[in-house]
Amino acid sequence: MKRSVLRATALATAALVLGGGLAGCSTGAGNGGDSDTLRVTLVNHVWTDIIKAKIPEFEKQTGIKVEVAQFGEDQLSDQYNVKLNAGTDDIDVMMYRPLQEGKLFAKNGYLANLTDRVSKDKAWNWSDFQDGPVNSTTYKDKVVGVPIITEQEVLYYRKDLLKAAGLEVPKTMDDLLAAAEKIKKDNPGTAGFVARTGKSAAVTQFSSFLYSYGGDFTDAEGNASINTPEAKAAYATYGKLIHDFGPANVSTDMSWSEAMAIFTQGGAAFYTEADSLYKNATDPAKSKVSDTVGFAPMPAGPAGSKAYNVPSWALGVNASSTHQDNAWKFIQWATSQDMMLQIQKAGVPGSRTSVWADPDGISTYPADLAQAIAISTKDGVGHDRPLVIKVPEAREIVGDPIVVAITGGDSAAAADAGNKAFQALLDDENK
Amino acid sequence: MSATTAVRTSPQKAFSDWANNHRKWLFASPAMIIVGLLIAIPLVWTIYLSLTNAEGSVRAEHDFIGLSNYAEVFTDVDRFWPAVLRTFIFTGGALVVELVLGMAIALLLWRPFRGERWVRVAILLPLVATPVAVGMMWKLIFDPNIGFANQLLGYFGIPAQPWLSGQATALPTVMFMDIWQWTPMVVLILLAGLTALSDEPDEAARIDGANAWQRFWYVTLPLLRTTVVVAVLLRSIDALKTFDILYATKGKGGGAFHEVETLNVYAYGLSFDYNDYGVASAVLIIFFLLIIAIMWLITLRRKEKVAK
Repeated sequence: MKRSVLRATALATAALVLGGGLAGCSTGAGNGGDSDTLRVTLVNHVWTDIIKAKIPEFEKQTGIKVEVAQFGEDQLSDQYNVKLNAGTDDIDVMMYRPLQEGKLFAKNGYLANLTDRVSKDKAWNWSDFQDGPVNSTTYKDKVVGVPIITEQEVLYYRKDLLKAAGLEVPKTMDDLLAAAEKIKKDNPGTAGFVARTGKSAAVTQFSSFLYSYGGDFTDAEGNASINTPEAKAAYATYGKLIHDFGPANVSTDMSWSEAMAIFTQGGAAFYTEADSLYKNATDPAKSKVSDTVGFAPMPAGPAGSKAYNVPSWALGVNASSTHQDNAWKFIQWATSQDMMLQIQKAGVPGSRTSVWADPDGISTYPADLAQAIAISTKDGVGHDRPLVIKVPEAREIVGDPIVVAITGGDSAAAADAGNKAFQALLDDENK
Repeated sequence: MSATTAVRTSPQKAFSDWANNHRKWLFASPAMIIVGLLIAIPLVWTIYLSLTNAEGSVRAEHDFIGLSNYAEVFTDVDRFWPAVLRTFIFTGGALVVELVLGMAIALLLWRPFRGERWVRVAILLPLVATPVAVGMMWKLIFDPNIGFANQLLGYFGIPAQPWLSGQATALPTVMFMDIWQWTPMVVLILLAGLTALSDEPDEAARIDGANAWQRFWYVTLPLLRTTVVVAVLLRSIDALKTFDILYATKGKGGGAFHEVETLNVYAYGLSFDYNDYGVASAVLIIFFLLIIAIMWLITLRRKEKVAK
């Protein structure tokens, strides 16, 4: 009896301590400490590295204390999912992907309406931002985010391998197929071509192939169109490039980091990827091929060279934040013309028209890359994935034929099946 | 008698008497209430969500749709049933190998030998490693192009294997990782059981002329039964719920063809990737019931055996 009472007391004490501790934690997080602390959630990116180094300047100017939390892409999504679902106010400024989560977040009411704020400050100049990106951070005529980084797809290639093979830089998809085949044959152990292979990860980089063959994820009426002859040809080409001329034992889980590693280790001649990652290939510390890497626009398909040109990241304000004025001050500071120019010169393509018009803005880029970007920007398509609310699900559906093609399966049949599933998803969303 | 009645008329005294008689409940109740709530609230909330069409955000409007999520899940032959099958293959396969290997190693370590302390420490190392780090490590080793595993095979003239990236080889490869990491725990439990055994039955069998295998099979193993059941229980609960290694090596959805997608990975994908909270909750509740049923079966079997 005595022992059981003792044990019960011990348990009760432990529970009280634990409960008290937990309660302590939650108040700490909920009230957000000092009222002038601004909580900024950012993704691992070159942009973030640059901004973080400059934040002390912002703190000095405004007297606002900034607390940065930084995550990888997937972890960031999970963070938002959990915290915003719970209606947290301990995120003020949030870096998000307009094309991936923008519609979902706006629909859920997670993003504060910034329409009045963007139009108020004439010096900051909202009209300087490119139309495509602005369009994707606007939901039902309300501005919910400020685009910060844009991305275009370009062709990375190895000058030395091309020269040894006596080939020109491929201008068309057929040239690319022929060049990849020849280089793979001439150089055992080196792949002719590499790109993302993961079902979901590959979708964005495949999109430029789709557009260049004259297809798109949906047609003019908004119906699924991934089984048109054009789309099937694009799937077949992307798959053939990797299945026939890609690395041996190719994995079907590769995102950019794995594909980039093969390219920068000297394992492949051609690589189609977002330009915003070019520093990984040109930085001698990260790349064995830094001195021989070249850049070119996407090779032209039957519909010409049509790469995507998209805003990959934007800044928004959490609708439940109690520091919305300060959050807006931070966004204004981080997206000012001067700041974007500096960041673009450090290698991150910006979203303002003026930074591209300014020769200074592209002065640090490899000349061929700047040229390729200019072409992609001019004829670019404003999305690189299906424009729906359930983007992750849609990406898996439209990405399935890619993986089937890469593994040497019947991608046309997979495209037919995928089209049905994609149409069902669209119907469900438009219900 | 009359004195006690008089005292009991005072309400304070009555309470104090009551408290004194029930003090074990009184003292324990705060803890029990808190622990109960910590378990009950999430469970009840999940059950509630599983009966709604919550989607996108749990704070968004959603309707009560009865059991249709469950109906949807049970008729889903593309993702749900294959995931159930994979969960069982993964758990069963890993468990059997871990038990056999673990028993063999525990028997080797049972008798004292020189340097046994070092061997024991070395064998326990995988156990203390973080599963995500283990996943990353093996992912690098098993990389089809630049990984060490294929290089090693190359020395012996064996062609490179796809390992994690192969549709058929991915699940066995992650099972191997689980075995690598968790066999030591089985060794630890079995070794504890072995050391507690008395030497006498073994000696008696030896004198009767039983060989090593007979002594193990007819003497040591039956004596060790409760320990083995504990090891099976702990390992199977853990293996059923494995998430970290699978996520670290194959990511959301368990690979392009869902080749390592178990129930846990599937539920994660439904909630964190698709934001389909209703269906995700239904899958989790089914998963929860499944685990309880299996544990019940295992303990029931043990009780039967003990009764015999």
